[in-house]
Amino acid sequence: MEGSLNLVGYGLAAIGPAIATGMIFAAYINGVARQPEARSVLQPIAFLGFAVAEALALFGLVLAFVL
Amino acid sequence: MRIQLAATGEGFKAPSAKDFNLPPFIDGVAFATKPILLAFLSVVLISVFFIAASRKAAIVPSRLQFAGESVYSFVREGLAKDIIGHEFLRFVPYLFTLFTFILVNNWFGIIPLLQFPTMSRVSFPYVLAAITFFVFHYVGIRKQGPVKYIKEIMFMPGVPKAVYILLTPIELATFFIVRPLTLSLRLFANMFAGHLLLLVFFLGGEYLLMGAMGLKIVSPFAFLVGIALTFFEFMIQILQAYIFTLLTALYIAGALADEH
Repeated sequence: MEGSLNLVGYGLAAIGPAIATGMIFAAYINGVARQPEARSVLQPIAFLGFAVAEALALFGLVLAFVL
Repeated sequence: MRIQLAATGEGFKAPSAKDFNLPPFIDGVAFATKPILLAFLSVVLISVFFIAASRKAAIVPSRLQFAGESVYSFVREGLAKDIIGHEFLRFVPYLFTLFTFILVNNWFGIIPLLQFPTMSRVSFPYVLAAITFFVFHYVGIRKQGPVKYIKEIMFMPGVPKAVYILLTPIELATFFIVRPLTLSLRLFANMFAGHLLLLVFFLGGEYLLMGAMGLKIVSPFAFLVGIALTFFEFMIQILQAYIFTLLTALYIAGALADEH
């Protein structure tokens, strides 16, 4: 079997953004559950946070292919 | 770094990044490839759909008109108005074009017979992110003047002076490198990884079907997971189109705001 160790490294690197994304949406769900009318306010904030956290995973993915 | 493990699974060629380099369909014309064709097809489809939806506009909308209007109002009310604020109207055409173009091109990834997400070729997201990059900087410079705009980016007000040593490089990198780069790479990587995922399950399932009797039995499970993932991809594709448009709107709103 042939493969690249980079991908193992990327798997490890993705743990951080994975936890971050989980926490962001957990907080978003909590917020909406407590105050359903705040949904439209929270939604862009949640997705902005998600996008920022996901950016780190994307750098990892790019580096896994580039290096 | 390449590693070589003891040879197992001979014969099965796992799908890789090479599967995305489709040959041109006209010999010798390098740019005539499937993604280009799909991008043009998406423009035609979107135009036809929205012209048909808005041609016979009535107070009691037909089903087609309702579908077209709900997409439009989703972008206009949900994205532009809520995020950009009172100046939102002049950005609605751009945001709407962006959303529908990305959405349809992403859906090409799971539409039978087409089955190739245009955005998994990185040059398409690059161009879209470059347009967004120029739009939000242009808007900011027009609104605040070039000197004040750059100054606001470099020296965020209300911060102790010593912090600027750290903050200024980070802010500059964020606005000029990280934002366009992540915007394009997010869309690209999601479409790329999603397509690769589907390839793994469907090509793997096909390979198992060709194998011995024991392997034939597990093959349907690979196909089932592949079909489930197709629905998952459908959601991801909408989400990515939404996020790209949302971030564009947020960047424009940030450039329009007097203080960051």
